[in-house]
Amino acid sequence: MSNLISYAFKKAKSEKRPALLTYTVAGDSSKKQSLEILKSISKKVDILEIGVPHNTPVADGSQIQTSSYRAIKNGIKVNDIFKIVKDFKKFDKYKPVILMGYYNMIFQYGENEFLRKCKISGVNGLIVVDLPWPENKKFASKCKKRSIFFIQLLSPTTTKNRLKKIIKDSHEMIYFISMLSTTGGKLKVSSKEILSNYDKIKKINSKKNVVIGFGITEKTIKSLKKADGLVVGSAICREITNSLKKRQNPVTNVYNVVNRLKNKIK
Amino acid sequence: MKLKKGIPVIDQGDKLGFWGGKFGGNFVPETLKKPIEDLETLFNKLKKDRNFINERDKYFKNWVGSPTRFIKLKNLTEYVGGAQIWSKVVSDANGGAHKIYNATVHCLLAKRSGKKVICGDTGAGYAGKMLSMAAKKFGLKCKIFMGAKDIQRQQPNVRAMKKNGAEVIPVYSGSQTLVDAVSECMRYWVANCDKVAMCVGSTVGPAVFVRICGWSTSQISRELKTQLVDEFGSVPKKLKLYNCVGGGSSSFGFWNEFMDYDKKQCEFIGVEAGGPVKSKKHAAPLTYGSKIGILHGAAQYVNQNTDGQIEETESISAGLDYPGISPLHCFLKDTKRARYTAASDEEALRAYKLVTKFEKLKPSLEPSHAFSVAIAEAKRFSEDTIVVVNSCGDAYKDRAIIERRLGKKYV
Repeated sequence: MSNLISYAFKKAKSEKRPALLTYTVAGDSSKKQSLEILKSISKKVDILEIGVPHNTPVADGSQIQTSSYRAIKNGIKVNDIFKIVKDFKKFDKYKPVILMGYYNMIFQYGENEFLRKCKISGVNGLIVVDLPWPENKKFASKCKKRSIFFIQLLSPTTTKNRLKKIIKDSHEMIYFISMLSTTGGKLKVSSKEILSNYDKIKKINSKKNVVIGFGITEKTIKSLKKADGLVVGSAICREITNSLKKRQNPVTNVYNVVNRLKNKIK
Repeated sequence: MKLKKGIPVIDQGDKLGFWGGKFGGNFVPETLKKPIEDLETLFNKLKKDRNFINERDKYFKNWVGSPTRFIKLKNLTEYVGGAQIWSKVVSDANGGAHKIYNATVHCLLAKRSGKKVICGDTGAGYAGKMLSMAAKKFGLKCKIFMGAKDIQRQQPNVRAMKKNGAEVIPVYSGSQTLVDAVSECMRYWVANCDKVAMCVGSTVGPAVFVRICGWSTSQISRELKTQLVDEFGSVPKKLKLYNCVGGGSSSFGFWNEFMDYDKKQCEFIGVEAGGPVKSKKHAAPLTYGSKIGILHGAAQYVNQNTDGQIEETESISAGLDYPGISPLHCFLKDTKRARYTAASDEEALRAYKLVTKFEKLKPSLEPSHAFSVAIAEAKRFSEDTIVVVNSCGDAYKDRAIIERRLGKKYV
């Protein structure tokens, strides 16, 4: 199984740099603006993660919570999110898109119907924060059947035995959570330690594309350059919040942040 | 879906922690998988360990104060007419509510696992107060997450927590009530699970927390069974056990020992919070047929919109103000072992007025919901029916609300 996500990693590798992944919340701060942000950063980013906002997120820190509550308050619904993806894909057909969210949203939509909509709108991968392995086995294989990557998460607390089993069941991309933290926490471990954990994963299967997320900002991104990919989320959400506070244009400001991030890992 | 006999309900979940194949489970971030598994291993070992059980019983007896009273409400019985109305006065327990059982067990487990800090959530403030007491008793540092709205309306318990040396962390996200406090507490645990133990304040959350809490509060029904036999010579032929249900910890504990009895002999009635009469919002997912969804790591009936966003609740009682409900109660509902209904804010207040008028008992607003339904139904029952209401909290914490709603003389 291969899809646009695989090509994105290949391209980054050929340019001898990690893939840059961004996370923005669908509908933040409005449906229209979140689409504009995606379009503006698309050129600089290899893979776009789009958050499906949920109002009881148990793994998100304050920045992503703020973005999520803002999007929900502005009326975003799951169907709007598919529409945003679809509209974005009209603009940039080959840019891979991953939806990231909590399982209840998929459960209420119905797994099959959710995946059907993913397929129609052009979603290439899914990250479900609170559907860990082995609970996700059935859903992951449903994704696979439709050539949508189900992206397994690994954490510093994942035991070695478990690592092996999850990696064996994983699709081509794996998400490694850098440290014990909710999203947006300050990087509280050294990049050396993160990369040593990263190496353990790569050693089990070097073919999987492993991205590192949580705690990655303009300050920290360079030190983790050797990873297959790096995810920046909260730093972008914070930028949107700050721009709104300062009555500046979030689209321009987010583009500038992403541009600086990209320059640091070139 | 079937309830098995001879196996504790807390142990009737499948390998992945689902009761009846669909309630409960572990919908948690990967980071929590390991600490949850560790806690499960520890709990499964210790709940079979005679020494640990003796230790628990020692603290329940000498520190919590067991047994709590089982009393006949003679005046109320006479006034209502019909069944005999009794109460299990669980608010006698140290700290004034059933939350002390779960808090004590979690602190004992934390000690065994070598953790020095324990964090917990609270709504009415009881779970937090008891955790702060137990943490102090066992020499653990304590952090309590509490919705900003609840901090305002349950000041006496907040003061108690602080007095016990706990750090009370206000939660400003969402509706600023229990649901947000639980989320924030889980987030804190995600970030600190290597050093910190977590206590979930009710029979909710990932499966192991549901089990630990149910195991702990079952002390209530163990005591009650002995007291019933002492009083009536055997478990009465017509027994009806009324309990309020928020997350569901006190009701589950109040019923557990009677689970294997035929429901014609021992009927369980759970009373949810119906909210204000004039409001569409409520905290009664079982009564009003909410759909199954995932909240705080477990599949359960939960108030939510069609997209799956959790809906805000409304209830006069902070302790019942929760959009979800224990997977155990979902299981008891669908297997028809227990019956669920709701009482409104106004009905609970009326019941509080009646009980305090006739008896030397001041149930908090949570059990007042149960009293409301028990009083209404007792009229229809024969004299040999024994109605028992779990008075699982004391009204001291509700003084401000009661004074505002009913006037000073009821405080």
